[in-house]
Amino acid sequence: DVLEAFWGDFRGGFGGGTEREILDLGGLHFAHVRHGGLFFGASTEGDASPFTIIEFLNRLVTLLRDFCGPLSEKSLGMNLALVGELLEELDFGHIQTTTPEVLRSLVQSEPEVPKPFSLLDLGSVGLFGAETQQSRVAPGAAAARPLPPARGDQPPRPELFVDVLERLSVVIAANGSPLKVEVQGEIRLKSFLPPGTELRIGLTEEFCVGKSELRGYGTPVRVDECSFHSSVSLAEFGSRRVLSLRPEPGEMTLMQYQVQDEIPAPLPFRLFPTARAQPPNRIHLYLKLRCDLPPKSQAINVCLQLPVPKGVSSLSQELSSPDQSAELDLGSRSIRWEIPKIQGGSQLSALFKLDLPSLGRAWRLELGPAHASFELPGLSCSGLRVRFLRLLPGTAPRWVRYRSCSQHYVLRL
Amino acid sequence: MPYLGGEEAQRELRRALSNPHVQADPARYRGAVLRVIRLMSQGADVSGLFPEMVKAGAVADVVQKKLVSFYVRAQAPRQPQLALLAVNSLRKDCAHPSPAVRGLALRTMCGLRMPGIQEYLQQPLVNGLRDKASYVRRVAVLGCAKMVKLQGDCEVDGALVNELYSLLRDQDPIVVVNCLRALEEILKKEGGVVINKPIAHHLLNRMPDLDQWGQSEVLTFLLRYKPRSEDELFDILNLLDGYLKSSSPSVVMAATKLFLVLAREYPDVQADVLVRVKGPLLSACTSESRELCFTALCHVRQILRSLPGHFSSHYKKFFCSYSEPHYIKCQKMEVLCELVNDENVQQVLEELKGYCTDVSEELAQGAIFAIANIARTYTEQCVGILTELLGLQQEHITSAVVRAFRDLAWLCPQCTDAVCQALPGCEDTIQDSEGKQALIWLLGTHGEKIPNAPYVLEDFVESVKSESFPAVKMELLTALLRLFLARPAECQDMLGRLLYYCIEEEQDMAVRDRGLFYYRLLQSGVEEVRRVLCSPKSDPSMGLLGDQSKQPVNAWASEFNTLATIYGRERWALATAQQPVEPSHSCPPCADSSSRDTESLVSEGNKEVPEVHPDTPMSEGNKELLKAHPDAGSLSLIPDVSLTAEQFEKTWLSLDTCCQLSLPWCGPVHADTIQTALRVVHIQTIAMSKAGAQPWKAYLSAQDDSGCLFLTELLLEAADSELQVSVKQNEAKPEALQSFISALRTVLEAVAGLES
Repeated sequence: DVLEAFWGDFRGGFGGGTEREILDLGGLHFAHVRHGGLFFGASTEGDASPFTIIEFLNRLVTLLRDFCGPLSEKSLGMNLALVGELLEELDFGHIQTTTPEVLRSLVQSEPEVPKPFSLLDLGSVGLFGAETQQSRVAPGAAAARPLPPARGDQPPRPELFVDVLERLSVVIAANGSPLKVEVQGEIRLKSFLPPGTELRIGLTEEFCVGKSELRGYGTPVRVDECSFHSSVSLAEFGSRRVLSLRPEPGEMTLMQYQVQDEIPAPLPFRLFPTARAQPPNRIHLYLKLRCDLPPKSQAINVCLQLPVPKGVSSLSQELSSPDQSAELDLGSRSIRWEIPKIQGGSQLSALFKLDLPSLGRAWRLELGPAHASFELPGLSCSGLRVRFLRLLPGTAPRWVRYRSCSQHYVLRL
Repeated sequence: MPYLGGEEAQRELRRALSNPHVQADPARYRGAVLRVIRLMSQGADVSGLFPEMVKAGAVADVVQKKLVSFYVRAQAPRQPQLALLAVNSLRKDCAHPSPAVRGLALRTMCGLRMPGIQEYLQQPLVNGLRDKASYVRRVAVLGCAKMVKLQGDCEVDGALVNELYSLLRDQDPIVVVNCLRALEEILKKEGGVVINKPIAHHLLNRMPDLDQWGQSEVLTFLLRYKPRSEDELFDILNLLDGYLKSSSPSVVMAATKLFLVLAREYPDVQADVLVRVKGPLLSACTSESRELCFTALCHVRQILRSLPGHFSSHYKKFFCSYSEPHYIKCQKMEVLCELVNDENVQQVLEELKGYCTDVSEELAQGAIFAIANIARTYTEQCVGILTELLGLQQEHITSAVVRAFRDLAWLCPQCTDAVCQALPGCEDTIQDSEGKQALIWLLGTHGEKIPNAPYVLEDFVESVKSESFPAVKMELLTALLRLFLARPAECQDMLGRLLYYCIEEEQDMAVRDRGLFYYRLLQSGVEEVRRVLCSPKSDPSMGLLGDQSKQPVNAWASEFNTLATIYGRERWALATAQQPVEPSHSCPPCADSSSRDTESLVSEGNKEVPEVHPDTPMSEGNKELLKAHPDAGSLSLIPDVSLTAEQFEKTWLSLDTCCQLSLPWCGPVHADTIQTALRVVHIQTIAMSKAGAQPWKAYLSAQDDSGCLFLTELLLEAADSELQVSVKQNEAKPEALQSFISALRTVLEAVAGLES
């Protein structure tokens, strides 16, 4: 049995780091992807294209999210009939179509969304800049609701969500000079508009592709590569940086872009460490973390992980403000310094005293590099902004959200 | 898992399903059906509800029909009699005015896995193929494949196949793709669907209508088509050019593969395509989906096998991120190793150095070996970093570093001095067998450069009683004897003690044998010992051989974008070996296989050259036997012939086999033993598969004093079979050949005899 074998492997080896995407189960190949604690798997005989399998599974996850709302074991269980219908239309392995609009006409079960027990909807916190007025803010979970069924009783509420998401990969050398700066960005669209509506998206006029292009008079927003969804018409892109399309209901990735080496704003964080050995068995570590964001912006959910030498047994700490916390994580042998919120332009400091059985010769080698993870709500590191969103015909609430987060932010000591 | 309370639940559901009040209320009726399905998905036995469920399928509600269809398909194989009940109502549904219902009924019928269903299926399927709704045609086309599969061995219906081929011209693009899929399955035995010129061009023209899944599948089918002329080939490539820029990675990869395979004879085109696929591959490598990232990394490594510098300018993309899982980090480190060049070596080493202190020991050791790998080219910098790591005094790190040093001393003799200076102090940290062996080997072989070598070995001798690994004791014996030759005064006493212990007290036979052997060897005089033990201390040529030389793109083009790339060749061979017979359709047309085989004769990635030291464990009898055998009188082989892998490959391909023989062989191959044994009679090993690989191969060379070369291939198809030996000679000398073969045979038989 494929599932049994998969679970056997999962319990047996995955923890030890031998996880594999594709398992070989006696001539049958089992591929899986992981999304928020759920596994989505496919099995194949013979020699299929791995890219197709993985891409399809990822697509399936998006589809399920479109149809069922936020995914969890519970919501999938509640929507068993709906999931079954969806898989049926994929005809058990021969992918027929993954277009939400077509599927919507074929799938008739209605989605059931599990009600969260908590009245406090935490999703609405932080997705938008703090200065936005409360009334203009859509609740955070609004975009996650499922698509209405095609033959619903009440006409669905038309709405459009555009997310500009950027992931930062940065390596900063010990002397503070950036070794690697990379931004992976994408514009994601979630549409609840009636089919056939035309959407025009205006991007920053100074948007340049490639190193040499120069446009507009302001600071150029430069990306090195960008690619668009096949349904986007680029007729006006060359002249006015306008994308037009007729969005399908549901989620889609409109555009992906990459920026390398140069970004207009300074890097969000710098770390100034001082480490001193206090023989015989103590290390004093003084960390200063500077946030170089513009003063009105902020970073949230900041977490700095700093590997420490083997054998460190206890930690005493002095942090600059009470909302921060720090602990010694023995599993990953590192200090976790958590800061819920940092305002742009501010500076935090922490003093850690590490006790260890004995100080080796090379303890400095084991200290660091530090890894930071954070979210920057309302900011796009590349400087890309959406100038306007126009619908034709009609109008509907439209939301643009910006968010940058760290994929890989390394500060070498 | 038995579902508790199943009986009770089933009884209650039956009552609900047959309750006329429930049946009258669509919502309640559907709810009851849904509960049955939910129970079924939890593993409960709900087979008793079959009649009620079939009845529930006869309502107007499509959702309920679908639910019943699930149930019927899951339960039909267990209750074929009752399933016939369902067939009747399904046949009725096949004539329903709504295409969705017609399609559903047809799909359900095709999914009933029970004998005898075919006779009921035939007519509805034929009708379905001609249905005016494309939705029904799609289902019917795939249904044909399912029906043929159910039939098993029967003759394939020619009329059906023709009908499907003609449906390739259907206006609905999904029907077209489904036809390809169905034909592929139906004609599996004959090698799958045939793509001739009209079909190929028809498909090419339909490509723009298809969605990404259809496109990538059609691109895969097109691999089978061979254009007749150069013009046609380039026309096709021009048509397909746009798909290299698709936003879907699966289409880009399928198109890339098609380009690589079609442009087999145009290396320029291939190179150009590989440049263009760089962008999509790199963005997949940095994708948020780690599964996609892993798949892309495997393909990057494949491309690097032919174009070593291809991604060098993007090396920063392969830096590991903290939160990534191990398997991705390991892949990235491998890629980084291969991207190193003069400009980026500093940064790459800096990055790898950071991984060496990772909390995961496996990863840390991986990083150390990666640095060691780079050290073959950039020796000085790497040895510096590795030495620095010794300062951490951590068991797993020191062990890995010393093992890396051993290989480096063997491959790059110029760094021996630096290595020797770094060694003192390591002995206290190392605990594992591999690390100890490496350290002892270094102390024994280069002991004259390490002032305190005898004292370190003495510590080992003192604690030999509590040593748990026999391999360490063997290594210790050899190392101490070697050191004794270099520094007799300091070693004599402890050598005596060690030999005494090994001969009198040791329980392990191999160690005791080795001890006895050395004891007797010592009796025959120091000169004799020197002759046996003082083999070379390094062999830089092996390092060059380990460097994979460039592989032609065509060697892997057919594996691109298949699971074989993900598994790696060896594991893929293992995985497919378990299958009875892989139908030939999965192999796209490629250059005739024999020429492909020879192209990758030596440089194939999975053949590793084991780094064997002249005195790896080998039992005493073995060596004596070999020594005792007089090298056939008329033949004397030159001890060190310097033949590189390239030269070997060239010569091998240009010569004809002049002698073939097969020797009985059972059990696995011990590469070290064979290699050592062959070395004794002056036969060099050029390349060898990993132990346990199937088929196992080895390439050997030897040269006699008149300059005549003997090239040999050893081939072991599977364990417990015969070893195939083929010999080639560059000058026709039958007598010398005979002597060579008899020498080779004696060695191999001796090794086989010892191992069985």
